[in-house]
Amino acid sequence: MQRYSAFSLFRHALTYHENWQKVWRNPEPKKHYDVIIIGGGGHGLATAYYLAKNHGVKHIAVIEKGYLGGGNTGRNTTIVRSNYLWDEAAQLYEHALKLWEGLSMDLNYNVMFSQRGVLNLGHTLQDMRDIERRVSANRLNGIDGEVLDAEGVKNIAPLINISKHTRYPIMGASWQPRGGVARHDAVAWGFARAADALGVDLLQQCEVTGFDISGGQVKGVQTSQYGLLGAERVGCVVAGNSSVLAGYAGFDLPIESHPLQALVSEPIKPVLDTVVMSNQVHGYISQSDKGDLVIGAGIDSYTGYGQRGSFTTIEHTLAAIIELFPSFSRVRMNRQWGGIVDTTPDACPIMGSSPVEGLYFNCGWGTGGFKATPGSGHVFADCLASEEIPAMAKPFALDRFYSGALIDEHGAAGVAH
Amino acid sequence: MTEANRIPGGNDIDYSCPITFTFNGKQLTGYQGDTIASALLANDIKIVGRSFKYGRPRGIVSAGEEEPNGILQLADSDATAVPNVRATQQEIYEGLVCRTTNGWPSVDFDVMSLVGDLAAKMMPPGFYYKTLMFPQFLWPWYEKVIRAGAGLGVAPSVPDVDTYDKLNRHCDLLIVGAGPAGLAAAAQASRSNARVLLVDESPNPGGSLRLSRDLIDGQSAAAWIEKTMRELSGKANVEILLRTTATGYHDHNFVTLHERRSDHLPSRQKGASSRQRMHRVRAGAVLLATGAQERPLVFANNDVPGCMQANAVSAYIRQYGVRPGKQLVLMTTNNSAYQTAFDWVDTEGGTAVVVDTRAAPDPVLVARAKAAGIRVMVSSAVIETKGLRQVKSAVISGFNSQTQTLMGRLVHIKADVIASSGGWSPVVHLSSHTGTRPEWREDISAFVPGVSKQNMWTAGAVTGDFSLASALGQGIDAATSALTQYDLPRLAVPEVQEAIPLEMEPCFHIPHTRATSRAPMQFVDYQLDVTAASIELATREGFESVEHVKRYTALGFGTDQGKISNVNGVAIAAKALGRSIAETGTTMFRPNYTPVSFGAMAGRDVGKLFEPKRYTAMQSWHEQNGALFEDVGQWKRPWYFPQGSETMRAAVDRECLAVRNGVGILDASTLGKIDIQGADAREFLNRIYTNAWLKLGVGKCRYGLMCGEDGMVMDDGVTACLADNHFVMTTTTGGAARVLEWLELWHQTEWPELNVYFNTVTDHWATATISGPDARALLSELTDTDLDSDNFPFMAWREGVVADIPGRIFRISFTGELSYEINVNANYGLALWERLIEAGKKYNLTPYGTETMHVLRAEKGFIIVGQDTDGAVTPEDLGMEWAIARRKKFSFVGKRGMAREDCQRAQRKQLVGLSPIDTNVILPEGSQIVFERPTQLPANMVGHVTSSYFSPTLNKSFALALVRGGLDRQGETVQVSIGPDEWMAAEICSTVFYDPAGDRQNV
Amino acid sequence: MLNIYCPFCAESRSEEEFHYHGQAHIVRPADPDACSDEAWGNYLYFRANPRGLHTEMWVHAAGCRKYFNVVRDTVTYEIHRSYRIDDPQASAL
Repeated sequence: MQRYSAFSLFRHALTYHENWQKVWRNPEPKKHYDVIIIGGGGHGLATAYYLAKNHGVKHIAVIEKGYLGGGNTGRNTTIVRSNYLWDEAAQLYEHALKLWEGLSMDLNYNVMFSQRGVLNLGHTLQDMRDIERRVSANRLNGIDGEVLDAEGVKNIAPLINISKHTRYPIMGASWQPRGGVARHDAVAWGFARAADALGVDLLQQCEVTGFDISGGQVKGVQTSQYGLLGAERVGCVVAGNSSVLAGYAGFDLPIESHPLQALVSEPIKPVLDTVVMSNQVHGYISQSDKGDLVIGAGIDSYTGYGQRGSFTTIEHTLAAIIELFPSFSRVRMNRQWGGIVDTTPDACPIMGSSPVEGLYFNCGWGTGGFKATPGSGHVFADCLASEEIPAMAKPFALDRFYSGALIDEHGAAGVAH
Repeated sequence: MTEANRIPGGNDIDYSCPITFTFNGKQLTGYQGDTIASALLANDIKIVGRSFKYGRPRGIVSAGEEEPNGILQLADSDATAVPNVRATQQEIYEGLVCRTTNGWPSVDFDVMSLVGDLAAKMMPPGFYYKTLMFPQFLWPWYEKVIRAGAGLGVAPSVPDVDTYDKLNRHCDLLIVGAGPAGLAAAAQASRSNARVLLVDESPNPGGSLRLSRDLIDGQSAAAWIEKTMRELSGKANVEILLRTTATGYHDHNFVTLHERRSDHLPSRQKGASSRQRMHRVRAGAVLLATGAQERPLVFANNDVPGCMQANAVSAYIRQYGVRPGKQLVLMTTNNSAYQTAFDWVDTEGGTAVVVDTRAAPDPVLVARAKAAGIRVMVSSAVIETKGLRQVKSAVISGFNSQTQTLMGRLVHIKADVIASSGGWSPVVHLSSHTGTRPEWREDISAFVPGVSKQNMWTAGAVTGDFSLASALGQGIDAATSALTQYDLPRLAVPEVQEAIPLEMEPCFHIPHTRATSRAPMQFVDYQLDVTAASIELATREGFESVEHVKRYTALGFGTDQGKISNVNGVAIAAKALGRSIAETGTTMFRPNYTPVSFGAMAGRDVGKLFEPKRYTAMQSWHEQNGALFEDVGQWKRPWYFPQGSETMRAAVDRECLAVRNGVGILDASTLGKIDIQGADAREFLNRIYTNAWLKLGVGKCRYGLMCGEDGMVMDDGVTACLADNHFVMTTTTGGAARVLEWLELWHQTEWPELNVYFNTVTDHWATATISGPDARALLSELTDTDLDSDNFPFMAWREGVVADIPGRIFRISFTGELSYEINVNANYGLALWERLIEAGKKYNLTPYGTETMHVLRAEKGFIIVGQDTDGAVTPEDLGMEWAIARRKKFSFVGKRGMAREDCQRAQRKQLVGLSPIDTNVILPEGSQIVFERPTQLPANMVGHVTSSYFSPTLNKSFALALVRGGLDRQGETVQVSIGPDEWMAAEICSTVFYDPAGDRQNV
Repeated sequence: MLNIYCPFCAESRSEEEFHYHGQAHIVRPADPDACSDEAWGNYLYFRANPRGLHTEMWVHAAGCRKYFNVVRDTVTYEIHRSYRIDDPQASAL
């Protein structure tokens, strides 16, 4: 792999950037792979990378029906944090956060991980109880966090309105300094480039249309472009389409796919140096390095694969942002878009084996997928490489929906993103 | 100062009405009708910005919403500032203050541009992905530098002084664009009685006709516009909105229109009207007559101020009376741009050279040009602009448009404006908002709208047919078809004499004598400094999808959303990849078409109206008596009533003791109340609640626990039996609407055979709860109802008159004391309250709020759903086995759920009481609990504190908590994490801290 | 912004008046206590999630409070049909 650095940039500048290598190959697929990953988003590419790097798996393909990183990876609001309530979720997200902290160096690709901190606001007494509970749990899980009062919030986000006379006055917040944002495309591209360098075949514009299953064991996948590709194991990491692929394999998932919308303002000079999230008023906001205010809210109520949602969601979100930051009223909204998020009943992912031998699923990340990218890939690679489901993945097995051992992050963590 | 470039004849300009405005601290003059851009060009101001990456000087390129460069800060005052206003759209008004948004120390002299060529070369697309990584600890510093350079305008720092509003509206036909097609469509539609809405973003109707030299029915285009508008304005069924942009086209023909009502007025004339208005339109049919935008050509240094769209140059001359220079070089691939040269030489002292990329343009046109004194160079192209801060000359080469290669010698021609036209791009944006991809048409080298799932029609240039006659005809046809139910006879299409019919040859990117990577920069997306070389580099690096190219180079991510750069960018990428444009495809356009203030998106739902506040009938009394309020759902509930300078703790202690020792009064009106009637009401309750209801007698009340089908507690409350077929259910304050929807769900979808009806009566009743040993004595002073405990026992209710007000008295208790909840018609709530307060004086009746209520109920171990439960707690976990009637015949909602393996496992978290070892320490609610203080992290957490208070009655702190296996751990000590490295030991005990036998409520 | 026809009100109204309630025609097992954990889990949590036509339940929350079913395309968002839960033709879909 061609190393990236200021020096290489300088060297290439002298030759007018005419000699840069391709970031990844466009390989001819092999007939058979050790592992096929379906889905070339951040999670799938990370899985392939860690499979090759940590487990020495030689023959890996990532099959992507569109272009790499074109699904939710390239459509989210890029928030990274690990301050989840329940141990199982917190440990998984903290594992991811630790990987984020070294990711640019590991991949030799600047994913622009910016640890500018995340504020989760509290507006009611119950919000504050939930915040206290979550921060207390984070602390005992070794995750950074503190509870701030309204003044503390104001110190970090000076333009925020902490007046007692708003509809839902800000009472305080949880503060995770190690949280932040990253550059979403760079994450996909960085993992893709690094995986490619380790020999992973990245097959773009190739749709999976079915599985080859015999005797309850997966043997390969049917593709639109290359026909049947054989595989020992197959991992599905296809946020937004998990139910469709599970259907090909003949089983159901407790997943509903909903539109999740986001929007950006026009670029403005820096006014917000952190990430601010509020569940009570339903909105969250950060400012990109380009200067856009990046804003999102909850999912649309109905299911949908249209990568778009309803206008009311956007209206409510911006009303919430003005409630928090009244001076942003005259800033202008530039663009909105939508992704498809796979939601589960307990707002936690499903990771592990499936009813089909050799076929593994990693899905249901809902609105929390981006922040988990390296952790999800790392743990899912462990799933695919070993006989045992790793400890970190076990609580996220499908059987919890039968036993009732849900990890209910809705109710308690209270924060959806 | 005189306006160097002002000329007579601008159609939109009122020359009798000069206007003074300020640009970068300098006072300038323009006229009524000018945009900032036209006024700046009139004043010969060329530099209006600096490019964000390379610091290059930039000038006005367009005359409309597609403008990438003229992005200014409107800054009359901080409170009315608007970041990123397009100079080409903002009309000037007296006193307008604006400034450029980039360039340091000034836009005319930007240090960034001095950093020079090498620095620019170090910043190819994606350079930040490749570097700024080492050493890792410096990244935050690098990032600060990047951030400081980014962004255009500045957000105000104070709240908005303006208001915004919204209108929901319906129409049969929404016509977007009042150009020839839109006006013709409106004229046709107006003949029906269909409701027609015609919108245009400009202050004036007419669209492309405003520049047109064509004749319609023998009249000038302007005369036709006027005639048509006059006819339309006389129709009651047609509404015309100008300065109104259709910003988003959503599913089911929902279109958002952003109307700018006062942005063009000086502040003193703005008056009380809203600044902007969002029209939320549900249209029967939508007719897009959005026209087309001209593409400039991509060539070296094509961003030097003075390089413009050809059509924009005409607009400045014809609409605004501004000729932005003297010597025009006009490069074109088509006929239409010749008009610009004609317009230019029509003005006094203007000279023009037409550089036509085609080998054989229409000889008649060429002859006409030559006759007008215009030099025409065919098979030629401008390959480079010379000049740093403004155009000085054009470098022209021979050009073979078939092979797209240069030939022959270079010629330098002096110029101060270089206009270019690479053809026209239909404005397909709205058509793609609901997920329809635009389709490439090779014959016109442009994308046109794809087939939409919406009831959408198109007419005019947006269809890719650029002739005026077609626009008029299509407008009439589309309106007729969209309103097919009206069976309208077609209007005759006006006779049109077109000055210049459009003919073109595709060309996007003019090559240079040097390779693209080595040539001077050739800009595609001005705002984001995306060059042809950067697009080629992206493809060379393997970014082959058009989406990848866009994301890697940032093409189209600006505030203009790539309106003039998109097709050029796609074409360059396609060529570099050796594919056709159709194969390469385009990216999707998203709302908004042009940016919309957050304020307009929020409308009136800000400040006080962000969300309604719900108050009880007694609110005025609470306010007068110093209550502080707690938000519970949408309700404002009195939290506590401090007296004088009392602290919260002192107030709550006082209120608690008053209830325990005398009598207190609580406003309990906010609890949800659902009236349930029908022969099967009792059976229904029996199915929906976990406990038994078949035997509850008339006149009795019962506590009910409600679970989801997963067996988790979702709500609770007391339900009273009013008659055998009539019950009234109470719910938690925040859960009322959810519970009603839940009841309806079960009735309508699972048990429609049950004869039962529900209605919300929450707002119909006001509830005053008096609680404490003196409650009976107090109540007896205001009612004749027999309060004797034998006749009116605990958990009974009576109809009665209290303080001369008829109502219902419920003898139920959430404090553990003798309590009466008095419910009256909400209109009498305040009167009841005041009479109770008056009569209560001699009992020292003490108003108390939710905090005291919480302390008192917690002392009794009564749960609050949502505080002591979190969606993962079963009735058994709460030790409420007594509320689960497992032997009910019907398998009630939640029964099977709570029998699942994990719900029946040992060591679930269960609700217990906690007594801190230090009885003065109040455990923070939410604190996590461990059995042993951990020696390493992560610690083994076994639960958390759900409710925690100081009890003045018991003179000690106490808490409720969910603890793993807690019901079997009575008497054991746990450690509670009360802060970083701070612990408090607490003993597990019963959840009932006070009066465990329940004697006090039973007296 | 869906425009939903309420078969009870006989009116098309904007989606803000409605609440979504997921897949339609989910029937509660006749004898829950006889269900295995697996059967109960399927009833509780497993829902059809098609990419295409979906039969789903909505309630006219800010209107008549009636639940009804809608056949909607989850990709194009087109609504093909709204019908009452007791519509005799419901099972024909």
